[in-house]
Formats: sequence, structure tokens, C-alpha cells
Amino acid sequence: MDISVSNNKFQHRIDLEEKIEAKDWMPDGYRKTLIRQIAQHAHSEVVGMLPEGNWISRAPTLKRKAILLAKVQDEAGHGLYLYSAAETLGIDRETLYEELNSGKSKYSSIFNYPALTWADIGAIGWLVDGAAILNQVALCRTSYGPYARAMVKICKEESFHQRQGFEIMLTLCNGSELQKKMAQDALNRWWWPSLMMFGPRDSESPNSSQNITWKIKRFTNDDLRQKFVDMTVPQAAILGLTIPDEKLSWNSERNHYDMGEINWEEFWNVLNGNGPCNKQRLDARKKAHENGSWVRDAAAAYSSKKYKKMAS
Amino acid sequence: MNTWPLFEVFIRSKNGLDHKHVGSLHATDAKMAIENARDVYTRRQEGVSIWVVESNLIVSSDPAENESLFDPAQDKIYRHPTFYNLPDELKHM
Repeated sequence: MDISVSNNKFQHRIDLEEKIEAKDWMPDGYRKTLIRQIAQHAHSEVVGMLPEGNWISRAPTLKRKAILLAKVQDEAGHGLYLYSAAETLGIDRETLYEELNSGKSKYSSIFNYPALTWADIGAIGWLVDGAAILNQVALCRTSYGPYARAMVKICKEESFHQRQGFEIMLTLCNGSELQKKMAQDALNRWWWPSLMMFGPRDSESPNSSQNITWKIKRFTNDDLRQKFVDMTVPQAAILGLTIPDEKLSWNSERNHYDMGEINWEEFWNVLNGNGPCNKQRLDARKKAHENGSWVRDAAAAYSSKKYKKMAS
Repeated sequence: MNTWPLFEVFIRSKNGLDHKHVGSLHATDAKMAIENARDVYTRRQEGVSIWVVESNLIVSSDPAENESLFDPAQDKIYRHPTFYNLPDELKHM
């Protein structure tokens, strides 16, 4: 079939809100962009384990330690759901890891910031998971079936992550002056990077329009960012904390919060590898992969030995 | 990882229901696949039973052939109960 006819048929299915499954015909561009996006999403989950994993041994109570362990374990699981979805498009796991460890593939820049205090764990759960949830709920209706289904599973598990973070902040804000100060400081450092999670301005996002036509992306970056701010401002008020944006104010004509400008220089700088923890994160991933290779090899050797024995 | 085959995972959430496909994972063999599936796909008690099948053992129909493969059922509407026009006063049918 003529390629333009195939493309038209494909677009027609998308327009009818049909889901695309693994063995369906799809344009090369659709497959490539999905592999890139799903892989980045998977890598983000796995790298995202690092800033919080760092605090498991220093959680203030046994209950908080158990909860943080469960959250970090969930992130590993989410990475696995997403690697699994990426593999349905024809890329293999070894290649995915190689691309992450070599720096060829990106992951969400938010994880290039350090978790400096216990309050950061609260801010990360409240703001970073909060922003991720908005993005992921939108993706539950993405056009590619395996990706959409992975999103549904992830969304179910993600809500405790955000509630856990907010509860930490609430406890600190209802605590001593020093604890409240620590919570405000964490908010000060995580607010703007969380807004950056939604990506560049719509006007500076060249891939967005094709991804919206293909219904991979269901809402624009600015739409989701606005939604996040509108939801989060009242949450900060409950905590009694001040959001570090002097330009933040309710606009009754638009029915949304007006906000200040993101530091786009910082955004591109961190994205391009110059954030506070970029090197640290990648080094940790490479080290884990290298140090774990004897376990992978041993497991494979044991398994083939077991089957040789059974066969003889 | 290139010696760890890919397995598809199916979970029965409770007795009375079918096993449902939930995703895939890599493992060295079926026993490890079941244990990994327990860790990845049932952290919230989502299942009472797990099936794992090596992905390369699954045979699937080709969606490009759907029209011809599923054609036989298209003109057999008499398989549906609504095809039959029966009097209103007829009960229990």
C-alpha cells in the first residue's frame, strides 16, 4: 500500500480515538517518537529512585522508613512497566540501559536536583509526584495502548506517593519553628524545578504539535503547568507556606493564577547536562549496572546449568 | 540481560475471573519469572494466581488480516437474539 494512503488510514484511526496496539501498522515517526518518550519516562522512574533512596537510612521514624522504601520500590516497578511498554515497539532492554548509561537518552531533569533535607522528601512527594500525576493522568488516554495501560497502573500507585509527601510537609509545618523553616526552604528550592517538569513553553516546543495530532500528547505543556499551579496554590495555603513567586496572583478574568517567568536559562542548562547532580546520577546508574553484572551472569549460568542437568 | 528471555505475565485477580495480561518482564527461567511477577505486578494484592509464558511462544493474529480473518461473522446476524421478532406477550424468553 502507498505510504501516504497508510498514513491517512492511520491518522483516521487516531482521529476516531482508536487505540494503536503493538502489531498495528504505524508511521516510522510515530514508533520512533514513542520509543524515545517511553524510554525517557522509564529512565526517569529509575533515576528518580536515587534522590529519595538516599534518605531511606536517615528517615526520622521506622514508619517513615518503611513508607519511603515502599515508594522507592514502586518507582522501580513503574520503570519496569515502562521498559516493558517500550519493548513492545521493537527495542530491547539491553539497548535501553546502554542508552541511559551512555548519556544518549535523557531522563526528567527534576532528578538532577539534590535532596538536601528530610523536608525535601516531603516537597518531592507533594510537588514532583504531583506534577508527574497530572502528566500521567493525561497520558492514560494516549493513543498507544501499551503506554496508556502502563499509565493507568502507575496512576493507581502514584497517589499514595503524593499524599505521603504532603503529610510529611504538614507534620513539619505543624512542628517546631525550625521544622517549619526547613519545610519552607524545601518549597523554595523545589517549586520552580517542578514547574519546569512540564517542559518548554508551547511556543518553544517543536515536537508538540505532531504529538498532539497523533494523540500521543493530549494537553499542551502550558495547559498542564497552569493546571498544576491552580491546584497547588491552595495546598500551600493549608501548609501555611509561601510559594516563592512574587508574581503569583489570582486573575478573576482568566479564572486562573497568573505566575512569574521560569528561568529558562536554568531549564536548558540542566537539560543539557549542567545541573547540580547530572554526573552523580549517571555515575550511580553505571556503577549499579556494572556492580550487578556478576549477579545477572550468575543467574543466567545457574539457570542453564539447571536445565542441562534436567535434560541429562 | 541478553540471556534473560522475555516473559508475558497474566494475573488472576480473584477466583471466578480470568487471568488478564498485565505486561512483561525478563527472567532467567519460569520460576524467577513468577517471583519477579509477584514483585512487579502484585504489590497491592492484585492477584491470587500468576501465569508466565515466554513471549516467543505466544502466537498472535496479524491485525493487517483482521478484515478477512473475522469476515465469517459479519453476515451472520441471526446469531444475535435481537434478530428474532417475537410477540410482546411472550414471557421468559
